[in-house]
Amino acid sequence: MIEKLKEIVRHRELIATLVSRELKARYRGTVLGFLWSLVNPLLLMIVYTVVFGFIIGGARAPGFEGNKWMYALFLFNGILPWTWFSSSLLESANVLSVQGALIKKIKFPVEVLPIMVVTTNMVHFLLGLPILVAFFLIFGKPLTVWALFLPVSVLAQYILTLGLCFFVSALTVHFKDIKDILANLITLWFFATPIIYTYDSVPRALQIVLNFNPMTHIIESYHYSFFIGSLPHYKRFSVTIVVGLLFFFLGYLLFDRLRDTYVEEV
Amino acid sequence: MDAVRVRDVTKYYKKHADSHKFLTIKSALVNKTLFGDLQAGERFEALRGVSFDLAAGRTLGIIGENGSGKSTLLKILAGISRPTSGEVVTQGRISALIELGAGFHPEISGRENIFINGVILGLNRRQIQEKYEEIVRFAELEDFIDNPVKSYSSGMFMRLGFSIAINVNPDILLIDEVLAVGDASFVPKCLDKINEFRRNGKTIIFVSHDLGTVERICDEVIWVRKGLVEMRGYPKRVVDAYLEYVGRKDEAQTLARHGEEASAAQGREERWGSREVEITGLRMFDGQGREKYIYHPDEPLAIEFDIAAAVPQDDFVFGVGVFNGEGVQVYGTNTLLEEYAARSLSGNGTVSLRLPGLGLVNGTYFLDVAVHKRDGYPFDYHHFQYTFRVASSLRDVGIARLRHEWEFSGGIDFGKNENP
Repeated sequence: MIEKLKEIVRHRELIATLVSRELKARYRGTVLGFLWSLVNPLLLMIVYTVVFGFIIGGARAPGFEGNKWMYALFLFNGILPWTWFSSSLLESANVLSVQGALIKKIKFPVEVLPIMVVTTNMVHFLLGLPILVAFFLIFGKPLTVWALFLPVSVLAQYILTLGLCFFVSALTVHFKDIKDILANLITLWFFATPIIYTYDSVPRALQIVLNFNPMTHIIESYHYSFFIGSLPHYKRFSVTIVVGLLFFFLGYLLFDRLRDTYVEEV
Repeated sequence: MDAVRVRDVTKYYKKHADSHKFLTIKSALVNKTLFGDLQAGERFEALRGVSFDLAAGRTLGIIGENGSGKSTLLKILAGISRPTSGEVVTQGRISALIELGAGFHPEISGRENIFINGVILGLNRRQIQEKYEEIVRFAELEDFIDNPVKSYSSGMFMRLGFSIAINVNPDILLIDEVLAVGDASFVPKCLDKINEFRRNGKTIIFVSHDLGTVERICDEVIWVRKGLVEMRGYPKRVVDAYLEYVGRKDEAQTLARHGEEASAAQGREERWGSREVEITGLRMFDGQGREKYIYHPDEPLAIEFDIAAAVPQDDFVFGVGVFNGEGVQVYGTNTLLEEYAARSLSGNGTVSLRLPGLGLVNGTYFLDVAVHKRDGYPFDYHHFQYTFRVASSLRDVGIARLRHEWEFSGGIDFGKNENP
């Protein structure tokens, strides 16, 4: 396993090249260029702010004191990392077949492809961060020193997401309907994660359910380091990291186990 | 030293049952066959125990029909797919030209794609930078290199792909049919480059249907048939054996078709005459006296037919006509035209017509064989009853293959003949 991880590290130049290819290709020929990576989370934030902030009244929840702009800020804080997570999963369901020529026609380290997907979407996420910071400044919400916790959250999310993407990309090669199931599952997962509501506003019984969702603690860690401005709940977060590593190893094992089948099945 | 060593390599592919095509996670979970579905079902044997060695610096051609397993073999050599059993050992860096421009992104420029494709093929950025000029120059894309690849013609695309792959500077080069799509002016350039590789002592494995090129550039050839090495050896020998095999197969199909046509067009006379003298059988032999029906263009051929005369005759002529596939008479002669004076014919006899060199181009030929009187009264006339085939890697055309030799003098230079 260690050998195989070293192998992945050896491919870093390839990964970097492919990620920059994806980024360049996506922004080529568009006027707004990289700003497009912000449009999706921004639109999502606006829609949810209007629906849950203005119509349903999510801003009345404790922590917002009825301030709809604070609610919008909170939403954006969670949607940004969530978009990274969900886009990665959806894209990894396609990546082996979209990049089929690489697998079938040349000797190519296949694990690079899910890594490419997660990394590319991470770059989109990172490009969105300055906007998040700008919103905090515009709405007069001060950032705290706990914002420096961000790299740890990013790392934890990266490992968990990649682990899941290994599962998804390996299995979709064999079971084509995973793609359709996945889209619904992700919508469900979105609502099962404290993004449009706060963790604290949920009844105790439901909180226990939420605790089983590793994305709860990942998103919470972003809330803590930006919106709340304190150290994340380190016990839950540590467990989440362990769970993330577990997913990563199991995902990679499955992916590696099925490696020889991709050439024929893609 | 062997650059490539292949030991008893087999490769099975899953044969897809119809149910497998619609395999879903739902059905797998419902039927609890999740792990079963990931196992191979019925198997198709693409390779069934292939072994060979290839010394460093040699050029090996692999030929065979579609589906014979040659591309599978090449993919295993390239490390793209793994053999089901057996072992492949290779010495040195491998570059496989199986698909050119794999990993090209249509939206971005040729320049950026060179770097991306180079990295995918295993170079680092510095190495690509060093070879960049050469890659662009060889691909003849100096004026287009900053345009997105989607604006390239298929020829430009292929040129760029080939140019990058060849500049990876491998020790072992694997080539699969990629030259088939190149434009007319670029293919010779690619072949020049391949010859340069040969001179520099690189090992090359070349898979192609272009038998002429295989014969020209390879040191030896392997013929793969139904997943096995059918034959290995000197290119001309293997190519000819392969052509003979393909020809025989074609012939069987052609004959089967002929049979259908004959029964469809019943009453069409293929044989006529009084049968006072009868032709009872016909065989064809090559120069060594071996019976065969597939010939090389300039090979000797002997046509031998048996005669049975029920009634003794003193007026008789033997004739043979050769027709090509379009029904054009290539040649015809008989004993009367060549002034053989008939004296007597009784009982059985054998007539043999020897051609020291066929002098025909590739194709299927039909024979008219007849015995008749001087005035044309037919005893037995066999029209288009016998067929043989000329097959080779030569590509000249016409009705006959005239004996010829090229000679050049003055300021004309063709370079060295590449034929070993």
